Amino acid sequence: MPAYWLEATVVILGLILLLIEAFGKSTSRELVRRISIGGLAFTLVPLYFAVAPSAENAELARFYIYDQWAAFFKLLAIVATILVLLMAYDYRKVLNQFTEEPGTEHGTGEFYALPVFACAGMMWMASARDLVSIFVSLELVTITFYILVAYMRRQVGSLEAGVKYLILGALSTGFLVYGIAWIYGVTQSTNLAEIGVAISDPESALAANPSPLFFGLSLMLLSLAFKIGAVPMHLWIPDVYQGAPTPITAFLSVGSKAAGFIVALRVLEPFFNSEITRNQTTLIVLVMAGLTLLVGNLAAIAQTNFKRLLAYSSIAHAGFLLLAVAAWHPADSGSLSSHQVVSLYLATYLVITIGAFFVLVVVRDSENSDEISAFDGLGQRNPSLAVCATVLLSALAGLPLTAGFIGKFFAFQLAISSAAANQILWLGVGIGFIGVAASFYYYLKVIRAIYWREPANTEEIPVPRISRVVILTLTALTILFGFWPNPILWVIGG
Amino acid sequence: MTACLLLIPLIGVIAILRGRDPRTTARLTTTLMLATGILLAGLWAMGIRDGLSIAPVVLSKPEIRLGLGLYDGMSVIMMLLSVIVAFAAARTGSCKDRHARLWNISLLLVAAGAVGAFISTDLFFFYAFHELALIPTFLMIGILGRGDRKIVAWKATIYLAFGSIVLLAGLLWLIAASGTSSLAFEDLLKTSIPIEDQPGIAIFLIIGFGTLVSLFPFHSWAAPTYASAPAPISMLHAGVLKKFGLYGLLRLHPLVPEGMSHWLNLVIILLIGNILWVGFVTINQKRMDLMLGNSSVMHMGYIFLAFAALIEAGGGTENPVAMPAAILLMFAHGVTIAMLFGLTDRIEHKTGTLDLRNLGGLASLTPTLAFLFGLAAMASIGLPGLANFAGEVMVFIAGFRGWQVENGLGSVQIATIIALWGLVISAVYMLRAFRRTFQGPGGSHTESAQDLSPDERRPAIFLAFVLVIVGLFPNLLLGLIESPESSTSGPSEVQKPAEELLAPESALQPRQAMLAN
Repeated sequence: MPAYWLEATVVILGLILLLIEAFGKSTSRELVRRISIGGLAFTLVPLYFAVAPSAENAELARFYIYDQWAAFFKLLAIVATILVLLMAYDYRKVLNQFTEEPGTEHGTGEFYALPVFACAGMMWMASARDLVSIFVSLELVTITFYILVAYMRRQVGSLEAGVKYLILGALSTGFLVYGIAWIYGVTQSTNLAEIGVAISDPESALAANPSPLFFGLSLMLLSLAFKIGAVPMHLWIPDVYQGAPTPITAFLSVGSKAAGFIVALRVLEPFFNSEITRNQTTLIVLVMAGLTLLVGNLAAIAQTNFKRLLAYSSIAHAGFLLLAVAAWHPADSGSLSSHQVVSLYLATYLVITIGAFFVLVVVRDSENSDEISAFDGLGQRNPSLAVCATVLLSALAGLPLTAGFIGKFFAFQLAISSAAANQILWLGVGIGFIGVAASFYYYLKVIRAIYWREPANTEEIPVPRISRVVILTLTALTILFGFWPNPILWVIGG
Repeated sequence: MTACLLLIPLIGVIAILRGRDPRTTARLTTTLMLATGILLAGLWAMGIRDGLSIAPVVLSKPEIRLGLGLYDGMSVIMMLLSVIVAFAAARTGSCKDRHARLWNISLLLVAAGAVGAFISTDLFFFYAFHELALIPTFLMIGILGRGDRKIVAWKATIYLAFGSIVLLAGLLWLIAASGTSSLAFEDLLKTSIPIEDQPGIAIFLIIGFGTLVSLFPFHSWAAPTYASAPAPISMLHAGVLKKFGLYGLLRLHPLVPEGMSHWLNLVIILLIGNILWVGFVTINQKRMDLMLGNSSVMHMGYIFLAFAALIEAGGGTENPVAMPAAILLMFAHGVTIAMLFGLTDRIEHKTGTLDLRNLGGLASLTPTLAFLFGLAAMASIGLPGLANFAGEVMVFIAGFRGWQVENGLGSVQIATIIALWGLVISAVYMLRAFRRTFQGPGGSHTESAQDLSPDERRPAIFLAFVLVIVGLFPNLLLGLIESPESSTSGPSEVQKPAEELLAPESALQPRQAMLAN
């Protein structure tokens, strides 16, 4: 089955969900939830059997690529969406407080349908190989998120987050289009393969004066920085993460970031492969990585709100990922390529971050607060949840024997081995290590709250069934991948 | 088989999490670990070495294996040290019932991390297992520590994290420079590293490992941490986990010989800082726990001295004494300091204070405690017949190994001579602490002190037994190092220094006797 049917299936699933929402008689949204999760889980089957579309269809091939990265990032998008929908399941009590008729499920159906459309957009982003298809798929994701972020429409925080996301999202779209225009202007093409040919010709006028090219690339990177949460387009992240419904925050932090990174890898690949542009591109990405690491890690230190902390942590992780991108390295026999390291990192990051957000949903549900102080005494109130939270937070900090260490280990290994050829990467490595040291402090702050602090009340925190299963599974995976990361490598081709 | 050493404590942790009685489980677990450890060491000594290790591939590119096995004699000895101290630690100290789970889980995790690091045959897991102790230590000090426990917990954790990160940078650079595609020690140690990369890698390793071993001036975390942590954690940390850094340096230095000799003089200055600076700081301590913490930092200087002799000579073949000296002293110091911390905890338990000014005259009230503490204190000073003496003398021999009179004193020899004065310093503080605690008029807190109960006595007696046995028969341990494959230390050469021990004994004793007065 050609791979593009996958996106079509997901879009059709979304449409069916909207129809059920519009014409279904029941006031409960149980059916919508179940079909959305079940339907997406079902798409994993055709994903396994998907093949690249035939080359005869030249027009499609211009826009659509199906390689192992496309397959991997589609898988990542589907898994992230399923987990987010499962999280939404246990978040419904909070969500229902802030919609049209507080306490009922009236008007919450789209909350379970829209992530499916976002998923389709992310899957398409994973396959986009033309600046036009990149733009369109990216917008599909972004516009869906405009609605989802502001979904709790009776809550000021959510609305504020929605407006901020809308304004900065529109700005970044503007940058993207402007950047595409410049690149098209100097290379006469919007296809990444053709751009790659155009920019590696040493005889061309472009080689003599590549400034317009870098201007266009920088504008595009600005816009992608908005997606992946990197400096300088990171300003929206803390506020939007804090205001948005928690499952959507998790979705932004994992799905949206992963899709942004595959696009960034695809856009940057020709620039890194060309002798003419490689050094400047490294410098641009390295500066972004360094600033992102500094801002993410240092600003996180002062946070007292767990959701905001995760927001800065998400910025910090984008920095580590960008470091792996800046240390551009093609695959060879002895070590992993940048593509592989980024994929490995994102896969582990998905497991850990979604797990952490699940813990937050459970605590929020019981304490009605996202503050770190809501975790006070969790070690006494629910020891098993506390152990899981400790493992997940240690993994976020990158402690060895957890999945979080694997990603950081390889990001740094890539940067250090590339630093032999390009000394400036040492700077990124140094900043990265400062970032890791700082991150120990702020993640341990939460662990401290869990164990050191006395709880305000000693009632046990209940964990709903779905959350319990998912948290346990993700924690187990966090430890398993810490010891045995090879399964991820099987998927991304080790 | 070796993997059981790691599996047992992890199973123990799961059992406690699932509601088994924490104390019994921890004791049973550490007993099993000890039995397995001794069995493995016995098999190793008999030359049965096949089929003990596993090495499943966990990542194919670069090849990382979950390699658990006995790499050489050094890992056997360090593994033995870990299980011995873990066994004693699980039987030391007490906590409220509601903390029993946390207490025993932390203890088992720290023990598992230490054992795991020493039985890893792969660089990746060697590094990774060490970090297993970080969070349990943080929690134990933060919740159950003494004194400024919260500040100490933060300081220790961030310092250790910093050290680990510098170390990680060094290791990653080493991996990149060696161009290896497999991180197993046996493959890694065959590679050669370009000479221009060596000094950089070496300094990262020295600072990274050095921070974890509390090498001067990166030592300031250590004494407060040991003083503040609950007894089992101090025992495991000061006794075992700290040796991870030295183990790492001894293991990896053959990869960067030129780099290490580039920094030889720096290492020597720092180790003298450990011995003299920290030594004087130790003399000035007013509390027993801080005194012991500092003394443990100070004693690391001797092991670094052996390391300096090793890198000056350019490797184990040129100076066959240095490596066994370092290993033996690591073992001896680990057992001694664990015993001292365990007994200190009991002193606090009996009297309610560790302030040396408030203690006194305990010897008549608690004779067993006084005897055992005195034994450990003597071992720590280096009394002949106990394990530390053998180690220290070998270190000094290593310092002068191959030295010719006509060449004049090199930096290692000068350091050795200075280090000899460290023995005087340690005699001063150790004996003074002993006198203030156990002799003289009774202190304000000591009237109601009772002697050790049989249950409290057992772990200390066990450790004392180990000290005496190893002190009388150091070859029991040193014999493990003489692996037939290893070309670094021929059997005859290793045994000799151990037999030469008797000679300087008479020279040291009168001085100690003088100081005691």
